[in-house]
Amino acid sequence: MFSKILIANRGEIACRVIKTAKKMGIKTVAVFSDADREALHVEMADEAVHIGGSPAAESYLLGDRIIQACKDTGAEAVHPGYGFLSENAAFCDQLEKAGITFIGPPPKAIEAMGDKITSKKIAAEADVSTVPGYMGLIEDAEDAVKISNQVGYPVMIKASAGGGGKGMRIAWNDDEAREGFERSKSEAASSFGDDRIFIEKFVTDPRHIEIQVLADKHGNCIYLGERECSIQRRNQKVIEEAPSPFLDEETRKKMGEQSCALAQAVGYSSAGTVEFIVDGDRNFYFLEMNTRLQVEHPVTELITGIDLVEQMLRVAAGEKLAIGQNEVTLNGWAIESRLYAEDPYRNFLPSIGRLTRYRPPSEFASESLVVRNDTGVFEGGEISTFYDPMIAKLCTWAPDRETAIEAMSNALDGFELEGIGHNIPFLAAVMEQDRFKEGRLTTGYIAEEFPEGFDGVELPKASLKLLAGLAAHMAHRIEGRRFSEASTLDLAQNGNDRSVIIGEDRFDFSVQKEAVIWKDREDNFETLIRIETDWAPGKTLAKGRVGDLKNMVVQVTRTSYGFKMRYRGADLKVHVLLPRIADLMEHMPIKLPPDMSKYLLCPMPGQVVRLEVAEGDIVEDGQALAIVEAMKMENVLRAEKKARVKKITAGVGSVLAVDEVIMEFEDE
Amino acid sequence: MQDIIEQLEEKRGEARLGGGQRRIDTQHGKGKLTARERLDVLLDPGSFEEYDMFVTHRCTDFGMEENIIPGDGVVTGWGTINGRMVYVFSQDFTVFGGSLSETHAQKICKIMDLAVQNGAPVIGLNDSGGARIQEGVASLGGYADVFLRNVMASGAVPQISVIMGPCAGGAVYSPAMTDFIYMVKDTSYMFVTGPDVVKTVTNETVTQEELGGASTHCKISSVADASFDNDVETLLEVRRLFNFLPLSANEKAPKVDVNDVVDRPDMSLDTIIPDSANKPYDMKEVILKIADEGDFLELQAEHAANIITGFVRLNGQTVGVVANQPMVLAGCLDINSSKKAARFVRFCDSFNIPILTLVDVPGFLPGTAQEYGGIIKHGAKLLFAYAEATVPKVTVITRKAYGGAYDVMASKHIRADVNYAWPSAEIAVMGAKGATEILYRSELGDADKIAKRTKDYEDRFANPFVAAERGFIDDVIMPHNTRRRVARAFETLKNKQQSMPNKKHDNIPL
Repeated sequence: MFSKILIANRGEIACRVIKTAKKMGIKTVAVFSDADREALHVEMADEAVHIGGSPAAESYLLGDRIIQACKDTGAEAVHPGYGFLSENAAFCDQLEKAGITFIGPPPKAIEAMGDKITSKKIAAEADVSTVPGYMGLIEDAEDAVKISNQVGYPVMIKASAGGGGKGMRIAWNDDEAREGFERSKSEAASSFGDDRIFIEKFVTDPRHIEIQVLADKHGNCIYLGERECSIQRRNQKVIEEAPSPFLDEETRKKMGEQSCALAQAVGYSSAGTVEFIVDGDRNFYFLEMNTRLQVEHPVTELITGIDLVEQMLRVAAGEKLAIGQNEVTLNGWAIESRLYAEDPYRNFLPSIGRLTRYRPPSEFASESLVVRNDTGVFEGGEISTFYDPMIAKLCTWAPDRETAIEAMSNALDGFELEGIGHNIPFLAAVMEQDRFKEGRLTTGYIAEEFPEGFDGVELPKASLKLLAGLAAHMAHRIEGRRFSEASTLDLAQNGNDRSVIIGEDRFDFSVQKEAVIWKDREDNFETLIRIETDWAPGKTLAKGRVGDLKNMVVQVTRTSYGFKMRYRGADLKVHVLLPRIADLMEHMPIKLPPDMSKYLLCPMPGQVVRLEVAEGDIVEDGQALAIVEAMKMENVLRAEKKARVKKITAGVGSVLAVDEVIMEFEDE
Repeated sequence: MQDIIEQLEEKRGEARLGGGQRRIDTQHGKGKLTARERLDVLLDPGSFEEYDMFVTHRCTDFGMEENIIPGDGVVTGWGTINGRMVYVFSQDFTVFGGSLSETHAQKICKIMDLAVQNGAPVIGLNDSGGARIQEGVASLGGYADVFLRNVMASGAVPQISVIMGPCAGGAVYSPAMTDFIYMVKDTSYMFVTGPDVVKTVTNETVTQEELGGASTHCKISSVADASFDNDVETLLEVRRLFNFLPLSANEKAPKVDVNDVVDRPDMSLDTIIPDSANKPYDMKEVILKIADEGDFLELQAEHAANIITGFVRLNGQTVGVVANQPMVLAGCLDINSSKKAARFVRFCDSFNIPILTLVDVPGFLPGTAQEYGGIIKHGAKLLFAYAEATVPKVTVITRKAYGGAYDVMASKHIRADVNYAWPSAEIAVMGAKGATEILYRSELGDADKIAKRTKDYEDRFANPFVAAERGFIDDVIMPHNTRRRVARAFETLKNKQQSMPNKKHDNIPL
């Protein structure tokens, strides 16, 4: 085994690899760029080497610097993590020449699987199921119909040079195939200047399911079950799980065996992933093979109990696999949520900045529950524009899927993250959806379930009532604190009755020691809600039992007369008032927020560096209006529709907060 | 006897109805509460005791003798806020539009006199059309009587004004002389002369809202300290403010039994100062992380945001915070920020509230606008206020403390008690670049030389040590320990005694 390895990566994956290396008694070397001087992986490693500027091209992608760092520190092997140099065959060759071991597959395998067409050919030759289709040139519409029939409807007619849906048609019969071919061809010609067209099977209700393989350098290969990664947003995986709620044992076995066959066909060693697309009838087709450790590998580790990084290290060191296929058992259910620095309320706009608060739920492992959080950040750290916006990978494991989902909901509820926009509310919303709970997933899930984007979660009234009860209880506790060193008259008592207003709902309570009594104003009905919480004034998490919810975790921020509460992805403003004041509140006008569609608002805190239009100009949809610099990045703000610029309120050099008005429009 | 009791009940009922149900409905229709409802929100339930409910005006002109409503347009008395005594008056717009008559003024004066005598704050809820024109000069005299009491009470007991409707003409000068003004958005306004007069005299066309609405006074004029969405919210915010304040100058601010240990470290503060001196960071984060339970009541948040003022608690005790905000105008001192902070410092000093100053200041804002506007005298207000303040003063320099602004921001030299600096502190006459350009003017053509000189200057002065060597800084502290160190410093200053030379009063450059 190696005595010292270098991790040619950053962030959570570098930290992840270091953890296993430490466990195995292997010394670790981290590398870092300018921006990562204070990063967590640098802190965790035994040694750290500065390798260049903040952009990856000036640091993490420079093979020479990494090899030099190995030489300088005496590291015998390099773990590449994912991304950066992890699938770069030339880098592997370089390492080999320098006598340093690459902790990954041989360069030939990387090369073979790196090319989409070659990999498909090899897969087909290895009898791996590939999407039926015709890669050759299609002469004319009749040819297209013939081929479509061979492939079997529905088919996808695609431009060779295509992308982004252009030059793409789905055909369910001969007529549609004929028409689709003509249209795609002309679109392709005009859009890409290349009218070559090919046809392949269109996969209905597609799911993304991938097989984890593990091979050694002695010809052994095993598969460690599958992961389902269908919940994607613009091809970016968001939620993964293992096993898939869809596969049966037979399909799993077939997919696993074919994956191993493919791995062996290219002389693969180390951990690798074979990605498939699976249709509604459990037909599966090879997509590609990833010759590295995947981001979502923890879910496999959680259900197999196998440390994949440890296995990679052992394989790289020349050891034989100690596990045989029949020793691999899939136990329980694991879910991973990827926490991204992106604002779900602003169409997932990347959000960068300082993590003013970062308190993940405690990691925890027992027979019936595991909470695992892989991360590379810390409170007070910075999410920069230079790298991937992933903050953490939060995983839960439980004996069954339902419990794992519940555990994930709780873990997300307890994840405190402030300073930047993040997708926790969105993740929490998905966990609550029936369709997700039932496991009816497809790669179109997010687009289908959130067609208008994400605009928050509406909680059922029963949940609101419990939150209101908790708020009443907490507020009563704050108010009950005594003043000292000041003259107080003990004449007045505020009593125990509190009314809680959340949006348009009002709940009336009488606060007791470890409960509140909810009074239904309509039928004079009273219900006792037990409240047992560890919350105390100043705490930002209220955990405990509220009514029939035994493990409620609510994030609370105190406001002047109530709280902001976050629960199950919903952000609530909760007012706690004396009943008389709640009555008077009913006279207060409802102030609708002004219609902001007529304004250009600053999407992030920053400085206006340029205005591209003047008052009175007519602007077109998509036209650049202003440039705001934030965190050294110039962001171009564009018009969302045609309009006339009525008034420009911000000048060049203005420092703006989020949602400050830059200009106002009127219909032209 | 029974007869009298019946009469009493009848009179009370009449008084409680104010200007009658129709006017009450109109008031509600405008999204406003009545004078008494407002007191219900402001005060602890059942704590209000009303005085002078039966007072009526004595005017006999313009048919006023026919038009008599008990209470005469203002509800006065006392009550408690979380058990602590306060005198209140609440103008009743349903009675003669809340206009101020001689007797109306007398009622206000009565509770103000009691407040000063008994050492309890005064909160005035203003909703008045102005002077009662039918009474003429008697009404004007009434205003002046109130003004005088505002001045007598100033510095003796805290005075808070809440503007909850119109407040125009002479009426504005009573709130103007109180310590804090809160306004209700969209339903309150303050101006000396209204839009009609403005139009006649200056030919400007302006709405009431633009001329004197909450946003105007919170952002531009700085007349108001904060504004909120509606009556209820505003009054509850007043309760929150009240909890931070002592009842009088003879008392300390109330201590709250907080659930936050003094030596709670906050490691994230160690990374808040950016690598580059030109990059801003949010000073509010520092304040929130130092404060007990992260509770910070900010005042004048929208005006001169380059300086932050407000209250926190440390170890349960109210502390006034003044902090430069690098996010706005690099945190420099200018006319508005100096005036804002100076008034806040003087309030704290008047009422025994210790002051924590967080410094990251690149200097005074240069330019003709500032000089013509009198930055010299306005900047001097802050310097003066800090220097004369005898309450405990603790200062932490987080980054820049350049030039005269260093002296001003509660430096050791002007009687700050404990001065700390973070390792990132740079205490110097100016930034290294500016300094070398002056010191080595002849070498300006040679970029390399200048870079070397700048580096030398940085090495010499861009640190807290030069100041620490002279004892201008008591210690260099780690950011994550700031809460602990600051709270402990204030503990040592609990019994601080400091006096001023005998004088009638000072002459702050107003």
